[in-house]
Amino acid sequence: MNLVLDIARTHILSRMRQTLVGMLGVAMGVGFSVMMASLMEGSQRDFVEQLVDSMPHITISDERRDPPRQPAEEAFGTVEFSGLSTPVTRPGIKNPYAIIASLETWLKGSVAPSVQSRAVIRYAGRDTAASVTGIDPRSEVLVSDLASQVREGSLDSLYKASSAIILGDRLARRIGARVGNRITLVSGTGQVLSCTVVALVHTGIAQNDETAAYTLLKTAQILAGQTGLVNAIRVRVRDIMSAREVAQRIEAQTGYKSVSWQEANEDLLSAFEIRNFIMYTVVGAILLVASFGTYNIISTITHEKTRDIAILKSLGFTERTVRRIFLIEALIIGMLGTLAGWVLGYLLCIALGSIEFKSPFMDATRLPLYFTPVHYLIAAGVALAASGIAGYLPARKAARLHPVEIIRGAS
Amino acid sequence: MTPRHDDVPLIELSGVSKVIGSEIRTTLVREIDLRIMPGEFVAVTGPSGSGKSSLLYLLGLLDVPTTGEVMVNGRATSRLREEERARLRLTHLGFVFQFHFLLPEFSAIDNVMLPMRALGRLGEAARRKRAGDLLGALGLAAHVHKRPGQLSGGQRQRVAIARALANDPAVLLADEPTGNLDTASSEQVLEIFRRLVDETRRAIVFVTHDMGLAARADRQIHIVDGRIATPAEEAA
Repeated sequence: MNLVLDIARTHILSRMRQTLVGMLGVAMGVGFSVMMASLMEGSQRDFVEQLVDSMPHITISDERRDPPRQPAEEAFGTVEFSGLSTPVTRPGIKNPYAIIASLETWLKGSVAPSVQSRAVIRYAGRDTAASVTGIDPRSEVLVSDLASQVREGSLDSLYKASSAIILGDRLARRIGARVGNRITLVSGTGQVLSCTVVALVHTGIAQNDETAAYTLLKTAQILAGQTGLVNAIRVRVRDIMSAREVAQRIEAQTGYKSVSWQEANEDLLSAFEIRNFIMYTVVGAILLVASFGTYNIISTITHEKTRDIAILKSLGFTERTVRRIFLIEALIIGMLGTLAGWVLGYLLCIALGSIEFKSPFMDATRLPLYFTPVHYLIAAGVALAASGIAGYLPARKAARLHPVEIIRGAS
Repeated sequence: MTPRHDDVPLIELSGVSKVIGSEIRTTLVREIDLRIMPGEFVAVTGPSGSGKSSLLYLLGLLDVPTTGEVMVNGRATSRLREEERARLRLTHLGFVFQFHFLLPEFSAIDNVMLPMRALGRLGEAARRKRAGDLLGALGLAAHVHKRPGQLSGGQRQRVAIARALANDPAVLLADEPTGNLDTASSEQVLEIFRRLVDETRRAIVFVTHDMGLAARADRQIHIVDGRIATPAEEAA
């Protein structure tokens, strides 16, 4: 084995230009595939963090999946009724705190009550629509990242004034309000409430920041004109991928519509799957093209050594030994190329990560990249396999050649 | 050196023929019977394309006969596997070709050590010493660390001879070993061969076009159309 290694090493070192070209071929493939994989998984994780993890994973609302059936329809299934009106029900979830207590017995995660309502903000003579969410700051921190997104104040600032409100920073800028200003809220039921802006919130998602406003539960209940109203329960689960199943169980248990983050972002997720498919295809294509490049270079080196193969065989080297020499040469080139590719991939990631993008819909951001040894190992595995095949096949062919034919041809 | 008995042929060919091609069949060697005994210095001569080199490759187990048997040290080789034939080449036979066929990336001493390393009998220090001694004996003591590209044609051929002798083979087979050399270098090679035969009782079989060099051998085999020519054929 030492002899085999020694011959392989000597071949590699004495033909530095070819070795470098071979290495570069492997390094390019490994480097670019590492970069693409890092970019791909980075964007996926960024998506989860930005759009999913900062929001509650499941929202239980006071709606039902199907409209309630009329008592007459229950009694007379074959008779068609017309002109029946839907019974008026009081908005909100019935016994919300009992439901929360029940969920907390089995659910792996956190649960918080909230009141969702729409209102018009009246300030400086202008009316602007807003989505007002009443929250309990103490339990809210367990179900969303709202506390970390508050600027110029904190979530607890809601306790500072009798009718305190936190506005999305873009909303505040649009209406010209600042922390400390008093604004007027007018609800759909006609309730009018004067509130003090105690902080601003910045989620980084333009649509949220332009319409969202947060108050205490009690304030939102007053705005809705219904004491004790809780029309949404916000849930955060420990395993975000289990949200769909957990939502189904909650819906089966409570009868209320429970929407998981997957269901809420169904359209985005399907777009994401297509995007993932495209990205995986691109990474696969890069690895495949790089493999062909590696194969070409290494098989060329092996072909150039056909005469040496004949000499070694005439000396008494076996086919197996000869094959092993060229296989090891290919693997050494593959390994050196892989190491260089790892460095190249890492540097490419660093370079890409330093580029800043500005979008009107999002904050100024950098390309999301995810660093994991798995990407490096997969790229290395493919590169080494390609190098091995690239060395083995031509070496096998060359080792089978009759040394006499080569010796006669070379004389 | 491999143990040998003077009455046992080192290589024996019995009715050996070599035919190549499937559609157009060409006979390279026909029905050859030949014995190479220890201490024999044999020259194989004949016109171009007569089958001299083919005969040498058959003697050296580099080629397999179509019919007949090649015995090495009394052992039939026609049914041996490739690995076993390679092993016999490594232990019993040494080759020198018209072109030196040294590995260009290795120094002279490393080239000489290659067959020893492949055989694996000696340790590194012993291998290095033996390779150095062989090169020294062939007048190359000052060139042991030079690569083939740094040596003259004659020096390269002497390194090739040293490599062929590395595992102390019983038979040295040389295919036009002086074909690419000037007169002085050719003379040197022939002197080395003669010395090896006289001092070590090795058998040497060499192919040559040069009848003057062939005359220096103890025995001449003239090949015509793949056959060992009879005296009448030779005269013709």
